[in-house]
Amino acid sequence: MGMTITEKILAAHAGQKVVEPGEFIRARVDVAMGNDLSAAGAVAVFAQIGATRVWDPGKIAVVFDHIVPAKDIAAANLLSTVRRFVRQQGIAHFFDEGRNGIAHIILPEQGLCGPGDLIIGGDSHSCTYGALGCFSAGVGHTDLAGVWALGEVWLKVPASLKVVYRGAPGPWVMGKDLILAAIKRLTIDGALYQAMEFTGPTMARLGMSERLTICNMAIEAGAKSGIIPPDEITLDYVRGRAKRPWTVHESDPDARYAGEIDINVNGLRPLVAKPYSPDNVVSVDEVAGVKLDQVFIGSCTNAKLEDLRIAAGLLRGRKAHAETRLIVIPASTWIWQQALKEGLLEVFADAGAAISTPTCGACFGGHMGVLGKGEVCLSTSNRNFVGRMGDPGAQAYLANPAVAAASAVLGRIAAPEELAEAAR
Amino acid sequence: MRGRVWKFGDNVNTDVIMPGKYLSMRDPSQIAPYIMEGLDPDFGKKARPGDIIVAGKNFGCGSSRETAPGGLKAFGIGCVIAPTFARIFLRNAINIGLPLCECPEAAHEIEEGHTVRVDFSQGVITDETTGRVFRAAPFPPFLQEMIALGGLIPYTRRRLGLG
Repeated sequence: MGMTITEKILAAHAGQKVVEPGEFIRARVDVAMGNDLSAAGAVAVFAQIGATRVWDPGKIAVVFDHIVPAKDIAAANLLSTVRRFVRQQGIAHFFDEGRNGIAHIILPEQGLCGPGDLIIGGDSHSCTYGALGCFSAGVGHTDLAGVWALGEVWLKVPASLKVVYRGAPGPWVMGKDLILAAIKRLTIDGALYQAMEFTGPTMARLGMSERLTICNMAIEAGAKSGIIPPDEITLDYVRGRAKRPWTVHESDPDARYAGEIDINVNGLRPLVAKPYSPDNVVSVDEVAGVKLDQVFIGSCTNAKLEDLRIAAGLLRGRKAHAETRLIVIPASTWIWQQALKEGLLEVFADAGAAISTPTCGACFGGHMGVLGKGEVCLSTSNRNFVGRMGDPGAQAYLANPAVAAASAVLGRIAAPEELAEAAR
Repeated sequence: MRGRVWKFGDNVNTDVIMPGKYLSMRDPSQIAPYIMEGLDPDFGKKARPGDIIVAGKNFGCGSSRETAPGGLKAFGIGCVIAPTFARIFLRNAINIGLPLCECPEAAHEIEEGHTVRVDFSQGVITDETTGRVFRAAPFPPFLQEMIALGGLIPYTRRRLGLG
């Protein structure tokens, strides 16, 4: 009986020929990722375990992203604790302020993950790395400490859910809209415990930036992981970046899936997730007109260079609406520098945007754009639960960077075409 | 364990269980007062240690923040009963020793304010207010062992030969 790509990766890391959905395995980990928050928690648990040395400092990545630059005294003390641990243990893949980014952008960008890897990350959006054809799942900080100590993780083998995209995306339709379409169809727990496998003829049209966005939000349908089988686009991305050898797996023709959903991308409109759930998805046309206090272009979902280029293309020569704050946060130091060189930051600054050093920032209501009571924000991030971005009385709509840029100019949710057609 | 029931709906996510503004606070006893604040700002003042949460499907979805189950445990919530749990939340709860019971019937029938007794090792839930008895889905043997050991920390210590 054939196996899916996810099953093959898990079998290889469990030292088994075969694994089946529902089976419990102990799997060898290739990379253990901790961000500032989860690494801080893991440092404390590591001490409680009584371990002294991490299993392999070369296989651990610590990326400061949520609360940097230190957002308050508690954050500063927490960061100090992690820095001390990183130094003591000799963890080389450490990304601090000024040379960092959001973890889920840093690992692919820096060549720390590749096809065939098994990655455990101390953040729910660790499913992002699956865009490179690896198995990657999010965990809490106790699990992370366990991996630091043992170099392995217990896993229940997920069933795989096939998501087939067909058709050609329209001009303003991006990876964000493709994944929102899947989440709408599945709802918030439709892929519970499953590995979403994104396939179909449309994938060949999507670069790595769109693929990362798609896998990033697999968790919002309840999935354990998301994966895109490697192809030439994957290998082009990985060659010249990857710091370790990779292994390409593919699903067998007779692999078994728990289900399949087919999404026709032809004619798909840009989509928006309305408050208060990422599965409350409608066409942008249905919510056009909603007045906005803030537009946030940032987060691990949509602040890569390609996302910023699209936003800048619409903002060039224009200004954010007088009553709408625009916050732009490039997802990594490298992306920030490239955006500077390409003149994108100048476009954002001229438009009246507040531009920040890389951080998750406003996405989780931590800092750099927290919302107050009654405020309405359109965000390129991935969650809009009650209180996610600040006061429980605030509202967040989720969309792609093109919708975000158009909406910032018009001061209300807008389809990108409205702006592209308007006279300057 | 035995306690008063607080009832919630479907898809209770970890942002409402432990809001983002408290994420830099690592001490569980510090954050315990703020549990469920996103759904009920007064929950921490109304509830008592030993109380039991009964909720709808997909409890604990969203962010992997371990301070969500960690805060519930530090507060003294005795158990969470729901039809299904989100994956990362379930792992976190098992790892730290917060009892979870997967039981659609109990989650559906038990009402707010009832008194419920849970025998977690047997998976038996008794609604003392109505007399109804429910059985939670048993955890697989591997997880039962982890739970019996006390969670991931004792499990890992044992694997390292530390005790």
